[in-house]
Amino acid sequence: MIQAPDLPLWAAIIVGLFVVLGAVITLVGAIGLIRMETFYERVHPPTLGMTLGTGFVLLASITCFSVMQSRPVLHEVLIAVFVTITTPITLMLLARAALYRDRSEGVQDVPGDFGDEGDD
Amino acid sequence: MTRLLPFPLLSAALFGMWVLLTGFSPGHVLLAGLVALTIPRVMLLLKVEKPRVRIGWSMVRLAGFVLGDIIRSNVAVGRIILCKPPARRSGFIRLPIALENRYALVVLAVIITATPGTLWVQHDARRKIILIHVLDLVDEEAWIALIKNRYEKLLMDIFE
Repeated sequence: MIQAPDLPLWAAIIVGLFVVLGAVITLVGAIGLIRMETFYERVHPPTLGMTLGTGFVLLASITCFSVMQSRPVLHEVLIAVFVTITTPITLMLLARAALYRDRSEGVQDVPGDFGDEGDD
Repeated sequence: MTRLLPFPLLSAALFGMWVLLTGFSPGHVLLAGLVALTIPRVMLLLKVEKPRVRIGWSMVRLAGFVLGDIIRSNVAVGRIILCKPPARRSGFIRLPIALENRYALVVLAVIITATPGTLWVQHDARRKIILIHVLDLVDEEAWIALIKNRYEKLLMDIFE
């Protein structure tokens, strides 16, 4: 950000707040990835970075460039859209792979395949 | 209209994307129009089922619910990570689902997975059950009621 010194003080404060907030939320998600115990629990924390973490960083970017160029810069919205559409695919793929492995190994605390069960 | 624009929503999305990426210059708006008119025709070759979407207040309400729930569960999951409450239990729930439209199911899958704390794992189209993993499983019935009343109804309104 070479033009950053041109940013007026009020905008710099807002942008800074958004960036730090987004980074902190993403960090909490990353810490969660380490602190959770099972695989299925570990899939959840990174979504923090993907939702509000990304959201705040994008808000910062929108504010920063909109103020500097004195016109609304909105193409960051596309990043939010594509991140939201694509990350669930990875998460589901990982969870399905883990579930498949656990089921074929006969681990007790995962639910069986719907077709395999007589009780429901 | 359908001959000219077989997938109007896709055309609108492409147009919007092109204009956002290139800035609002007249030349690019024209080019965006051209792209929006021609590219969706590729989808005709793939013979995909056309989504029937009812545009209305349900969409706005759904977006509002999703945004609210994402913010709320970000806070909830953040608290779980930092405080590590000892009594927390995670687990799978089976949720009977009446939705059949594949686009509605995709939207529901994205909503559930994008919301921290819940993860869509499996869908059985024949038995109409979805399997969800929940990070903080306090009350199974409450989760089922929440998804059925809040999201399923709105998605049925939009897609079916």
